[in-house]
Amino acid sequence: MPVLEQTAVVRAHDLGFIRKYVFSTDHKIVGLQYFFTAFAMAIVGGLLSVLMRLQLAWPSQMWPALEQIFPKGMAGGVMAPEFYLSLQTMHGTIMAIFVLTALFTGGFGNYLIPLQIGARDMAFPLLNMLSYWVYLLSCITIIIAFFVEGGAPISGWTAYAPLSTVPEAGPGQGAGQTIWILAIALFTVSSMLGVLNYITTILQARTKGMYMKRLPLNIWGMFSSSLISILVFPVLLGAGVLLLADRIAGTSFFVPAGLVMGEKILSHSGGHPLLWQHLFWFFGHPEVYIVIVPAMGIAAEILATFIRKPVFGYKIMAVCWIAIVALSLIVWGHHMFVSGMNPLLGGVFALTTLLITIPSAILVLCWVVSLWDARIQFTSPMLFALGFISVFVTGGLGGFFLGSAWTDIPLHNTYFVVGHFHLTMAVSPLFAAFAGVYYWFPRMFGRMMSECLAKVHFWITITGAYAVFLTMHVIGIGGMIRHSYDPTQYAFMRSLQPLNVFVSYAAFALASAQLVFIFNFIWSLFRGRKAVANPWKANTLEWTAPAPIPHGNWNGPLPTVHRWPYDYALAADRDYLPQDAPGSYIGG
Amino acid sequence: METVIRQRASVPRPHVTRDELEPSLFETSSPKFGMWLFIVSDALTFGALLAGCGFMRLLSPQWPVQTQVFDMRLITFMTFMLISSSAVMAMAVAAARNRNRPHAIRFLLATIAGGIVFLGCQAYEWVHFIHEGARPFSNPWGVPQFSASFFVITGFHGLHVLSGVALLATVAVRALFDKYSAEGIELAGLYWHFVDLVWVFVFAFFYLL
Repeated sequence: MPVLEQTAVVRAHDLGFIRKYVFSTDHKIVGLQYFFTAFAMAIVGGLLSVLMRLQLAWPSQMWPALEQIFPKGMAGGVMAPEFYLSLQTMHGTIMAIFVLTALFTGGFGNYLIPLQIGARDMAFPLLNMLSYWVYLLSCITIIIAFFVEGGAPISGWTAYAPLSTVPEAGPGQGAGQTIWILAIALFTVSSMLGVLNYITTILQARTKGMYMKRLPLNIWGMFSSSLISILVFPVLLGAGVLLLADRIAGTSFFVPAGLVMGEKILSHSGGHPLLWQHLFWFFGHPEVYIVIVPAMGIAAEILATFIRKPVFGYKIMAVCWIAIVALSLIVWGHHMFVSGMNPLLGGVFALTTLLITIPSAILVLCWVVSLWDARIQFTSPMLFALGFISVFVTGGLGGFFLGSAWTDIPLHNTYFVVGHFHLTMAVSPLFAAFAGVYYWFPRMFGRMMSECLAKVHFWITITGAYAVFLTMHVIGIGGMIRHSYDPTQYAFMRSLQPLNVFVSYAAFALASAQLVFIFNFIWSLFRGRKAVANPWKANTLEWTAPAPIPHGNWNGPLPTVHRWPYDYALAADRDYLPQDAPGSYIGG
Repeated sequence: METVIRQRASVPRPHVTRDELEPSLFETSSPKFGMWLFIVSDALTFGALLAGCGFMRLLSPQWPVQTQVFDMRLITFMTFMLISSSAVMAMAVAAARNRNRPHAIRFLLATIAGGIVFLGCQAYEWVHFIHEGARPFSNPWGVPQFSASFFVITGFHGLHVLSGVALLATVAVRALFDKYSAEGIELAGLYWHFVDLVWVFVFAFFYLL
């Protein structure tokens, strides 16, 4: 008797609006829900950074209009220091976790994994739906932190102890920090439900002929990222349990003896803040790979389509991603070079950190070699994929200085770090995400986005991103310290102020360019040119499903796969050959 | 437009069977594979907690001698109960595979009983410990991290046992009404064995070492 693998094939017309579009178990709807929620969170996180840039360029300037919106944080129109710190905490938390982590595996992964491997749905559709609703709950929870007594937490997205352990540490460290922990715990649960699905689906529900060595590169990225998630998010959950115990039950895992907070000596004793840093960064560093690896996968997938020739180094790339999964678990100490660490251990972590640059560099090499002698089509998704490579390389070069303990120590507390991780972890994944939206928009909504507006969006975004974050590297070498709410506070930083003003103007231009994207997205949703069946002439399976894609993805039997996805330029009369085309094609 | 979609959607689609897919790399079903993944991730949460408590212990100038604080006979009995329940659970899985429903139900109930006895002993231990003056932030025997570790680790493990009992009870009730599958019982069994294995680590690292 054949084992029933997926029973989620429900006839869509049986379902009402609510079951079909709101509480849906269809991976495509869940993916879009993830996508739009992460998008909304990105707007919130982006606006927070605009407020921070206002303060950094013109500290102590009056902004009476903002007082109307934030009566406490902007009392008298001037930003309070603790409000600046809470903006910084929330910007980091929202962007790193609630936007980027959710957007790639949750948004793109959910939508594309079953379609690209030839499955009707995820392995566990109900868990998949739950994953989204817990994610939405975690997003609402983190936003609530702004509105409780004392406001949002001020301890940074890393929630460093002992700042995060006691309410006396400052406004926002009471209810705000507790809500922050709850939101992160909810997100962890949601992520767990999601990645359980992604890994199981990729390994168990591939259609006939879709061997592992025929998986699209995007799926390899999603798979590697999910593997990291399942190994490190549980550790964050464990750390959160200990932190919550410190805050609520009065234990002292992270609080040392004799700590003075809020002008009184705390009764805690015997804990150690370094324990939090170890546990947090065991999650925190792999977290950047959770974001960047699927971004690499999307960029590689799009690159492979628009070079119109077989991509170079398919197997090498897959091996590199798996190597990154393994190495990402043993590099966390490079965040702690200045926290107090045995120099020998510092040397070990520097070595492992430099080791992980090898697979990253090989990946870049594969992409560059793929571009060699290619008939590149400069469509908007391709531009963003190339932008991804450019920004990733530039950001990655800064990594050499920060990954080596010896050069990290003078740079660690400066804007060099801010510039570096924004280029690698924020801007380059966003480029991949934009590339993905422009590329799969016709598949998702049946219409094309405007190429002209997309190119305007691209050129302003890449110029703006470099202007903001390369300048931050320079400001950092100049000595501007991180977490400082007023750069004019110290004499040695005052000469850098014109550069800070420049960064702010560039950041506002960068933020405004995103309005072009939002306009293009909404306009194309209703007025865009109707898309043809396979607009980019790509080989992967998602383009073989009917439009609009029904619940269950293919009406007849599942497509059977006969080849890898990158058979381009086979012969003069054969530009591309989809994965499900039968028979073996011999040129001519 | 709407009618076109409706027509398309009403085309009956077959259920996907294993034969239409690439064979599983691990020769296993998806639910079982998913349960293994969950166990890996849950093990890492316990790993974080145990590592955190180990860090605390290394940091502390001295650590209380566990045998002077805890009644080791009770702890050994609890360990024995949990491990025996795991053995009985394996018999329930074997019975379910042989389609012997009455036996499967009987063994499931015995497993649940083992879990409940364990939880009862643990509740007694907590009450006793608190009665003797242990608090999350202080205790009469030494560093506060000793009692803090106790509460966090045994509490978190106890919650897992509790959810395991709930899961087994659900499976048993479904078996009673003949709405069960051998695989469902096997999955619950996997989880139960995992919870027991974690206890072996807790027993070794917290009570014995």
